[in-house]
Amino acid sequence: MKISSYIRGEVFERGIHPPAQKLTADLPIRRLPFPPQVVVPVSQHIGKPPRVVVRVGQEVVRGQPLALAEDWLSVPHHAPVTGVVEAIELRPSARGPWTQSIVIRTHPGASQEDLWAQPRDLSTASGQEILQAIWDTGMVGLGGAAFPTHAKLSVPKQAKAHTLVVNGCECEPYLTCDHRLMVEHADDLIAGIHYGLRATGAVRAIIGVENNKPEAIKAIQAAIDRDKLLSSEHEIHVEAVPTKYPQGSEKMLLMALFGVEIAAGALPISLGMVVNNVGTLAALGRLLPRGQGLTERVVTVTGPGVARPGDYRVPIGTPLQFILDTVGAPAESREVILGGPMMGQAAPSLDVPVTKGVSGVLVFRGEDLASRQKRSTYPCIKCGECVESCPMGLNPSQLGMLAAKREYETMGEQYFLGDCFECGCCTYVCPSNIPLVQQFRVAKQVLRERAAS
Amino acid sequence: MENASTLAVAGVFMAVLGIALAGVLAAANRKLYVWEDPRIGEVEDLLPKSNCGACGYAGCRAFAELAVNGEVIPAQCTVSSPDAREAIASLIGVEAGSIERKVARLACGGGRHVAYLRAQYSGLKTCRAAAVVGGGGKECAWGCLGLGDCVTVCKFGALSLNQYGLPVVDADKCTACNDCVEACPKGLFSIEPAANKLWINCKNHADGETAEAACEVACTACGKCVVDAAPDLIRLQNNLAVIDRSLMEKAERSAIDRCATGAIVWFENPNVAIKGKAAYKILRKEALPVLSS
Repeated sequence: MKISSYIRGEVFERGIHPPAQKLTADLPIRRLPFPPQVVVPVSQHIGKPPRVVVRVGQEVVRGQPLALAEDWLSVPHHAPVTGVVEAIELRPSARGPWTQSIVIRTHPGASQEDLWAQPRDLSTASGQEILQAIWDTGMVGLGGAAFPTHAKLSVPKQAKAHTLVVNGCECEPYLTCDHRLMVEHADDLIAGIHYGLRATGAVRAIIGVENNKPEAIKAIQAAIDRDKLLSSEHEIHVEAVPTKYPQGSEKMLLMALFGVEIAAGALPISLGMVVNNVGTLAALGRLLPRGQGLTERVVTVTGPGVARPGDYRVPIGTPLQFILDTVGAPAESREVILGGPMMGQAAPSLDVPVTKGVSGVLVFRGEDLASRQKRSTYPCIKCGECVESCPMGLNPSQLGMLAAKREYETMGEQYFLGDCFECGCCTYVCPSNIPLVQQFRVAKQVLRERAAS
Repeated sequence: MENASTLAVAGVFMAVLGIALAGVLAAANRKLYVWEDPRIGEVEDLLPKSNCGACGYAGCRAFAELAVNGEVIPAQCTVSSPDAREAIASLIGVEAGSIERKVARLACGGGRHVAYLRAQYSGLKTCRAAAVVGGGGKECAWGCLGLGDCVTVCKFGALSLNQYGLPVVDADKCTACNDCVEACPKGLFSIEPAANKLWINCKNHADGETAEAACEVACTACGKCVVDAAPDLIRLQNNLAVIDRSLMEKAERSAIDRCATGAIVWFENPNVAIKGKAAYKILRKEALPVLSS
């Protein structure tokens, strides 16, 4: 580890410090109005798409299952609004290809209460029953990866989990949805952590929060203290970690909390740990006792030109156009990014809906992007800035040169491209403005395609 | 004097060592000699050495070995000129044979002049990178992105972008090596027999109205070609006309006549595709503006 970062008290190697821009950190979570129409893509996560169980013309109530899981890595979907199924057809998705989607026209007079759910008592449920209950909620990782949560929380037979690590870093600039959840719904989070602990069989939970969110740490500590009065079943701690991007990656967070490194290609369970996002667990703590499905999520809607930025509770399937109209996005030419500015993706159209994995909607005006568009790309000068910033210890410079020659196999076999999680640090620091992470994304996709064929 | 004798000893020693090692090498050459058909090298010299893989084997050397063993016919190398194939055939003493000539064909007609954009893509200028970012900004999610990944990978200069940003295959240069098929992130290229004349120039699976709103030359699945063509030759599948390749000999030019968007074309020869009369009215001269949302 570099001495300078050791003196600064940083706990994982390399990484960067982008400007935080957490404009919405002090605003309470508000509810977005229900849109006149929602579009629920059938496939919102990896794994087989679930089986649609509604038909066109059918009336659905909020929380009613729309699609049921087909295999282990697929999760059910629940109606985000009370209304009528208008169509089941191909609709544009944020990733580009048109996907099968369930279009529901919202009933304007409905109270939009979740009338479908049956509250249930899980206080004596076994780990397996809790996993099944989590699966039934249709929960996926709300941090952005959208990996099915029941699969993440189920510990393989030959392994044993001792610690549940709860990821409250939210290291991406602009995003504050996890931050506000921790401040406002700390009790839900603690309840969710108890479910997570019982599902995994772990004995302690550690919540890692970056030290730029002191009020979140305070709120969680207070919730832990309240929780201790009721039960002492599990050990729950909250831990402040020095702010640095990309700490929200699970490998970086484990390095920061415990100083351990996960081997290339291995999962945290190899060291007896399971990592989950605060947003996911807070949602579980809220949904499980009520028996509800995941019908909405908290999304940070922000950006320099937005009139009413903030963290909004958004029904799954709300089209971007509706969100932008509601929060008062500027009318001039703009770029809309789904997720954070570092790892998020530009939306190709405002017709695409918010899915379970969308944590933020960032809106930029033409003038905000002008300086970026003027920059041109220069050849690599081998300054090593990218090598100094790559949290995985890869060599982005060499990888970039190989990518330009389309030597994808060499990148994968000799330069560990598979360990790149596309955090974008290399591109952020590159003085020659080389689109490194963009090339790696392409290379990884080509390698995946070749492996599949 | 002492120096001279040292030199002499060293010289003699080196000479003896040299002769001894040469003997070892000579023995090894005899003992470990692997006989190789000299024709393999000669055939390899006649091959184009582009290692393109169009023959389906791992490079020109592998093809030469198989050709000499009689496992493939020289005509399998589609890249070689007919003269070179004959030369190879006479060298190994077989018939050059003939195989069906194939070319790469693009299943998209949506250049900038007829296909609308929903967003302006401003990133890394390759199709692959654009496709990763929300599919690349074209209103039609299936269509050609026009950034020329196929042109970059083509070793034979058979592909070029026309003024509307649509790749054009030069059938005379195309060797059907499959590189463009692999390069295209939208999977728009396929290797087709050059003799096939009827071709669906679209991959849009959206319903007719949506498809036409995205691109003026999209297949709207109206079904006119299905009716006009020989029975079972064309069918509609996922809002797209699909030609049954096994019935291709039944194809007739009348199938394209009533296509209002020109999504079905007739290859007069492998380089010239013509559209039906009904389609001429929609062909535009200028690029279309970005569709404001």
